[in-house]
Amino acid sequence: MAKFKLIAPLAVALLLFGATQSFAAGGAALEHADIEPGNVASLQRGARNFMNYCSGCHSAQYVRFSTIGEDLELSDEQLSENLMFNAEKSFETINVSMPGAAAERWFGVAPPDLSLIGRAKGADYIYSFLKGFYIQDESPTGVDNTVLAGTSMPHVLWELQGYQQAVFTEHTEDGVTSQHFEGFETLTEGSLDAEAYDDFVRDTVNFLVYIAEPIRSERRTLGVWVLIYLIFFWIIAVMLKKQIWKDVK
Amino acid sequence: MAKVEAEVGKRPEGVLGGLVKWIDDRFPMTETLEYHVTKYYAAKSFNWWYVFGVLAFVVLAIQLITGIFLTMNYKPSAEEAFASVEYIMRDVEWGWLIRYLHSTGASFFFIVVYLHMFRAMLYGSYKKPRELIWLIGMLIFFVLMAEAFAGYLLPWGQMSYWGAQVIISLFGAIPVVGDGIVEFIRGDYSISDITLNRFFALHVIALPLALIALVFVHIVALHEVGSNNPDGIEIKKRKGPDGVPLDGIAFHPYHTSKDLVAILIFLMIFSAVVFFAPEMGGYFLEHANFEPANLRATPEHIAPVWYFTPFYAILRAVPDKLWGFILFGLSVVLPVFLPWLDRSRVRSIRYRGWMYKSALTVFVITFLTLGWLGVQPAEGVYVLLARIFTVLYFAFFLLMPYYTKIDKTKPVPERVVYHG
Repeated sequence: MAKFKLIAPLAVALLLFGATQSFAAGGAALEHADIEPGNVASLQRGARNFMNYCSGCHSAQYVRFSTIGEDLELSDEQLSENLMFNAEKSFETINVSMPGAAAERWFGVAPPDLSLIGRAKGADYIYSFLKGFYIQDESPTGVDNTVLAGTSMPHVLWELQGYQQAVFTEHTEDGVTSQHFEGFETLTEGSLDAEAYDDFVRDTVNFLVYIAEPIRSERRTLGVWVLIYLIFFWIIAVMLKKQIWKDVK
Repeated sequence: MAKVEAEVGKRPEGVLGGLVKWIDDRFPMTETLEYHVTKYYAAKSFNWWYVFGVLAFVVLAIQLITGIFLTMNYKPSAEEAFASVEYIMRDVEWGWLIRYLHSTGASFFFIVVYLHMFRAMLYGSYKKPRELIWLIGMLIFFVLMAEAFAGYLLPWGQMSYWGAQVIISLFGAIPVVGDGIVEFIRGDYSISDITLNRFFALHVIALPLALIALVFVHIVALHEVGSNNPDGIEIKKRKGPDGVPLDGIAFHPYHTSKDLVAILIFLMIFSAVVFFAPEMGGYFLEHANFEPANLRATPEHIAPVWYFTPFYAILRAVPDKLWGFILFGLSVVLPVFLPWLDRSRVRSIRYRGWMYKSALTVFVITFLTLGWLGVQPAEGVYVLLARIFTVLYFAFFLLMPYYTKIDKTKPVPERVVYHG
């Protein structure tokens, strides 16, 4: 038994370590998105934001409107009035009207499907990315991004955020000059103040994380029941073992 | 004890008894059951290190069953593979659970098998007369590695694609025939639909068949010589008047009831991962693998899944491509020779001297550190560390004949140590 007592905490430690690991990212340090996956209102706002601002160019081809409706407590009418701009039936997935080949010609790269971006990049990455656009005159889109330098995505949310300038300081070490990002300076105000824009992005990121794995909250709920069952079964198994081993001397 | 055993060993009466006799006249059913289960005697002093064999069997069952259901919905084509996995995750009833059980099972297979192998190193289970069990076990390990590698390509994500690209191209380091071998494995000039199809065939038919056959032979060989125990004593040397080893108890119901407790604890840990952290922070399901395979964009860091990283770290530690490949291959194969590298007179670590104890401790630290280094970028201090630990890894095996021979051993008791 003594040996086993060592293994159990080890496994738990491994589990905790695994669960809390955040992504390694290149470029600027990522801001913490602080999303609330259980907040349905935030997810609904995120869905609205996504369909209005993202879905013109980005598909979410594995995500069905009906799934969103069920999970975000929206009726079929609410779905078709507020979210389904280019879909007829709620079982359809979020597709994009823009032809892929043309998109590739316009942007240099086709806008990626966003079904799984929440799992591929993580909430903090998307949050920082959507807040990281700054004026860059040499770029064809007029902007660059602190998280993904050289991105071909234009600053779609400029009306909301306004435009900002990035402040860099130069460091020279061993003859190598590197740029260090210091912070943003607002150039033009958007229709949302800084806090409201953060909330807007946070809701959108929350929705993206949700569509990356719609089953997430259900699997957690189910997991609790599975563990309760296993603990119950385990107690019986321990009693059974003790009974059978009673006369092993 | 006798009472429980009589209860279990008793033949059923009446119609059922008749049926059993009818079968027994035509097939050695009762005989086989007794030989392998109800009258297979193993030491009563088994500690918890002895549950990992059974647990490996449980994981094998999980993988086979979930694998069947995944195959029903998965499409082995470069065009459809990625989408079909998402279809399983989102649209197939309980598909997400089946997929998570399978992906988590892959990692747990290695956790359990590594611990199972470590148990053999603790108690000298590979030593005479159990060399063949160890050899078959190593073969199982190799097939398992191939199985896991082939399976990892199937979701056709970025890491599936580029991980396979890196590992397969390693064979290109072999002089003269290298490029030919690489082409032979891929079936194409790059990893393509053709590669995916053949990996699928290997993953769902060829390798599982080999795995099941080898596991069967592994157990037959084990039951021929009998299980080792934490004291490394042959319990068959001391038998009672009934021919039963004095320190042995029947596999069923004694060891099975104990294994059930272990299986449930295992399932709790397993379920905790499946339901609460199926990605395991990017170690069980790598983040980059949620992007479909893209031939034109290499992911930032290509790292194999965690269970290959100790060997991968050795590969990268060597500056020369061919030698890197050779040392990589050797590091995987070397444990095969343990039964002959280990010259100690005793089996169990309980009666070995400080040399083997320290060597094994250093080896465990080495293996874990190499595993960690395998997921770090190959630069700066990491490279230096990888080189130091590569030397330590090989030293453990290559110096073993020496230090196990001169190591002072303690006297081994006549009977197993058991405290009830």
